[in-house]
Amino acid sequence: MSFDINKIREDFPILQEKVYGKPLVYFDNGATTQKPLSVIECINSFHRHNNSSIHRGVHYLSEQATEEYEKARQIIQGFIHAKHSHEIIFTSGATGSINGVAFSFGERFIREGDEIIITEMEHHANIVPWQMLCERKKAKLKVIPFSDDGLLQLDKIEKMIGEKTRLVAVIHASNTLATINPVKNVISLAHQYDIPVLVDGAQTVPHIPIDVQDMDCDFFVFSGHKMYGPTGIGVLYGKEKWLSEIPPFQGGGDMVDVVTFEKTTYNQLPYKFEAGTANFVGAIGMGRAVEYILSTGQQAIAGHEHSLLYYAIKQLDDLGYVTLYGRAPQKTSLVTFNLQNIHPYDAGMVLDKMGLAVRTGTHCAQPVMRHYGIEGNIRASFALYNTTKEIDCLIEGIKKVKSMFG
Amino acid sequence: MDHKTITEVQEEIIGEFEIYDDWMDKYNYIIELSRDLPVIDPKQKINGNLINGCQSKVWLNAEYDGGQVIFTADSDAIITKGIVSMLIRVFSNRKPEEILNADLYFIDRIGLRQNLSPTRSNGLLAMIKQMKLYALAYQTKYKQKPVQ
Repeated sequence: MSFDINKIREDFPILQEKVYGKPLVYFDNGATTQKPLSVIECINSFHRHNNSSIHRGVHYLSEQATEEYEKARQIIQGFIHAKHSHEIIFTSGATGSINGVAFSFGERFIREGDEIIITEMEHHANIVPWQMLCERKKAKLKVIPFSDDGLLQLDKIEKMIGEKTRLVAVIHASNTLATINPVKNVISLAHQYDIPVLVDGAQTVPHIPIDVQDMDCDFFVFSGHKMYGPTGIGVLYGKEKWLSEIPPFQGGGDMVDVVTFEKTTYNQLPYKFEAGTANFVGAIGMGRAVEYILSTGQQAIAGHEHSLLYYAIKQLDDLGYVTLYGRAPQKTSLVTFNLQNIHPYDAGMVLDKMGLAVRTGTHCAQPVMRHYGIEGNIRASFALYNTTKEIDCLIEGIKKVKSMFG
Repeated sequence: MDHKTITEVQEEIIGEFEIYDDWMDKYNYIIELSRDLPVIDPKQKINGNLINGCQSKVWLNAEYDGGQVIFTADSDAIITKGIVSMLIRVFSNRKPEEILNADLYFIDRIGLRQNLSPTRSNGLLAMIKQMKLYALAYQTKYKQKPVQ
């Protein structure tokens, strides 16, 4: 599949925007990605022609909407290679998915004194829900540290995992260090003790092919808006076995079988976990985003982003006054860095006025910042529509910052 | 400075910024202003005086002398420090009443409104609130008593 960057850029209308009179250089893809026309038009067209609540009416529009929604589920099933489409639960996003599992798995399996293992490089979304669960159940949170290079200390997991461990939750790719973690190793180790593993795939799904069966994870979560889809929609993948065993995390319409005031029985998978009117427009838009990724070619995207990443690392290293955080050999396409003696906020303010959208701060991963003893840093995260020319703009911007504050 | 009203000082700052139409020049001027900020007593750079924002820290100390509130401050980010220096220029050495009744509009007018939005989390909005709270506290404390 040929990868025509100019054609791809035309698919994303926002890239033509100017900010402060300067062409927009959008490097905040780790936070959210821009949307291709196919997704924008799909949402628009759905509202114009097909909108109707799903799983309810027998009327024409409702059946059409339901069909589109279920088709989106199948598209996503194929995309991450899940065994069954009912293992795909639509949620509000990766955060919603993790909170759901933390609640439901916690209700069913966590008792006082139990242990949950996470890593030091988690996004807050994969820390706080487990902390809340631990507080509720008087369980204990254990943390696998990472080395200064940004690599998980796998030997520590072996010592940490044991009789008391009930679940391991690990980020697939760090949103600050870019490290792609060896989740398969973690999973096979946990499975030796029959311990399930939740993988936070928010930062990998847009960039590399995912096969949940090959990975053998028990839960896998990701968000639509970080993979060219709409906001407010995401996925919880769970193995049928686990999804059948844990209770629903929300009650309401659509997730029920029989409701009486004495007792309610729940609907089958996946509906058991989809209470209320689902974000069906979001799900359909997310399905369209998956189709966009697949038609562009996942290998081609990964290849392009890999070149961008290593081009950026080389340029930043060559400046001589940039500290890069995370030197893992397997990385997703983002860099976080600081400029010698310059506050990231100052840098971000100036880069912003040059049309460069980077993120500064802690990136919802304060423990990572604490590991390096920094208050925050600057993140440039790349997507399939970015170019080396835009990275050159960033380097020029950094030189300007250096001349002003250095 | 003492004889100028808060409004006069704000107008003065707006006037200083009028000559810059380029953002980089504006920022360069803010960097310059950051150097004017009177150095805070290192003893006052304590956690108790820290106004914690997500991205940059601001330390604010207040004292009451001769019926006036005297502020000193610092920040770890230079642009924040520059804006802080303007806030000190506007609010320090003033009677509590003046501070409490002030309508702060200069930040908006010099185009730095985004630096005050709650999502910026740089501590500036919290700093302004804290300055007013100090003024209120001193006003309440010294209301019944003659000025020392």
